[in-house]
Amino acid sequence: MQETLASQIPNAALLSEAEVGTSLWRDAWHRLKKNKMAVVSAAILAVLSIASALAPWIAPYSYEEQNLDLRAVAPQHGHWLGTDALGRDQLTRLLYGGRVSLMVGIVATGVALLIGVTYGAISGFFGGAIDVAMMRIVDIIYALPFTIFVILLMVFFGRDIRLLFIAIGAVEWLTMARIVRGQVQSLKKQEFIEAALALGLRRRRIIFLHMIPNVLGPIIVYATLTVPAVMLLEAFLSFLGLGVQPPMSSWGLMIKDGADRMEECPWLLIAPGVTLAVTLFCLNFLGDGLRDALDVRASKD
Amino acid sequence: MLRFIAKRFLEMIPVLFVIATLTFFMVRLAPGGPFTTEKSIPPEIQKKLEVFYGLNKPLYQQYLDYMGNLLKGDLGPSFKYATWSVNELIWSAFPVSLELGCYGLAIALILGLSAGIIASLRQNSAPDHISMSLAMLGICVPTFVIGPLLILIFGLALGWVNASGWDSARDRILPSLTLGLFYAAYIARLARGGMLEILNQDFIRTAHAKGARPRRIILKHALKGGLLPVVAFLGPAIADIITGSFVVETIFQVPGLGRFFVTAAFNRDYTMVLGTVLFYAVLIILANLVVDIVQVWLNPKLRFE
Repeated sequence: MQETLASQIPNAALLSEAEVGTSLWRDAWHRLKKNKMAVVSAAILAVLSIASALAPWIAPYSYEEQNLDLRAVAPQHGHWLGTDALGRDQLTRLLYGGRVSLMVGIVATGVALLIGVTYGAISGFFGGAIDVAMMRIVDIIYALPFTIFVILLMVFFGRDIRLLFIAIGAVEWLTMARIVRGQVQSLKKQEFIEAALALGLRRRRIIFLHMIPNVLGPIIVYATLTVPAVMLLEAFLSFLGLGVQPPMSSWGLMIKDGADRMEECPWLLIAPGVTLAVTLFCLNFLGDGLRDALDVRASKD
Repeated sequence: MLRFIAKRFLEMIPVLFVIATLTFFMVRLAPGGPFTTEKSIPPEIQKKLEVFYGLNKPLYQQYLDYMGNLLKGDLGPSFKYATWSVNELIWSAFPVSLELGCYGLAIALILGLSAGIIASLRQNSAPDHISMSLAMLGICVPTFVIGPLLILIFGLALGWVNASGWDSARDRILPSLTLGLFYAAYIARLARGGMLEILNQDFIRTAHAKGARPRRIILKHALKGGLLPVVAFLGPAIADIITGSFVVETIFQVPGLGRFFVTAAFNRDYTMVLGTVLFYAVLIILANLVVDIVQVWLNPKLRFE
């Protein structure tokens, strides 16, 4: 279809070639590179993620290796961040904890994206009674006290990390659905969608191939800002003792242990606390930077 | 307006019904029970307990009984705290959380609004960058890190206040700060964003052109619209703050309501879980209703919808 159009208008191919050069994404990339805070944040996050991902290979000890001769020693040679009450190396546990925290952040956000984008796109695209019904459901779910439900789920059905992904993902998709719905609604009125409808393309094809790529900007921005929220929730659950199972480590769990013994050994609280805060800090700055770069207006909940 | 409020109250009923039903079956279908943790209860006593709490009846009958009592406002007896009803437990702990919440809210509003408004008036200046970096810090450092750090500094190192407890007026300082700082950070960011949007609009320029004093422009014209995002955020935030925070109450040993949200689940205290969830849901819905009314009052554009 496109080829026949192009052959009818001889200059079309030339024209489109001339216009290639600054796409939305290239512009955004240039703007993002100028934002120093965002670049630094991205670099720190990259280092943290790679270090955590490689934990089994680069960590100096094993996360469960106890050395009872070294009960909670302060940072020193060989144990750069000290050891905890059971003589386990803090740096090692921090790296392993990062695996859990970052993985929960990314996977749970992925679950939220999958549900939220599909739901919002369908609701916005079809409109009418379907839209009203689907959004009414979202409104009702919004009124549920979700943090409590996540706690209940974790208490009742055990501390399974897969359950954690699903529980957190199921909490975070609502706002995503609303954002995508709003964007799709405004896209639907544009000519290229009308053209696609007029050409008789299947609706599923229009939604997933023509609409979702055009709302990627807000989706990426919101996802970047969801990851720190999810990581905070995971840390909170671990703090309650509902996250990962000991002896596995997680930043929230380490903070909890550190807070219990902060009088004698404050380094046990400070190292994981600072690491978590720096990670969340960088994710938020990167999200803000992406928002400015993609020129997405702040979407209110 | 009255019709609007009445409509919202009616809408509350199905939402609460859904929440009650969902929670009821979730806690019941969960493995474990309120009496399974205790070792060696003689079977006769176990049976008596089950009869007392109605656990021997079929599940649908228990559900109907619970919903019937709920209509009368009775949340039932607590499974964990013998001789206490859930209503009594909530009403004995809620005033503490409410008091702490009010201090926290006051700190959040004073710090957050002043930081946010000053930042918006001096966009891209040093005060703007400093207060926004601090706000980001407040959002990124979780309460369960700030709380212990505050104790470490002011309680243990400097010895100005007790590390924990809820007896003297001085004991209120640290928990209120811990609770308030996160919300202050959020409010500062929202206030800055909202104010910037309004300050760039034509009617503000017109006011300047007409020679109105800057103070008057800010207080009289800009604040009303600029604080809309803050107001929207405050609805759920207030409900959260006044029902107490498990973290703050645990760290500072405050006898508030927040603890029950978690301990009830751990103890399989069925009625207490349901009671706290419903109490919280009612507060959230009421707070959102108040927010909607305030928003209409602040933003005349909404009056026609």
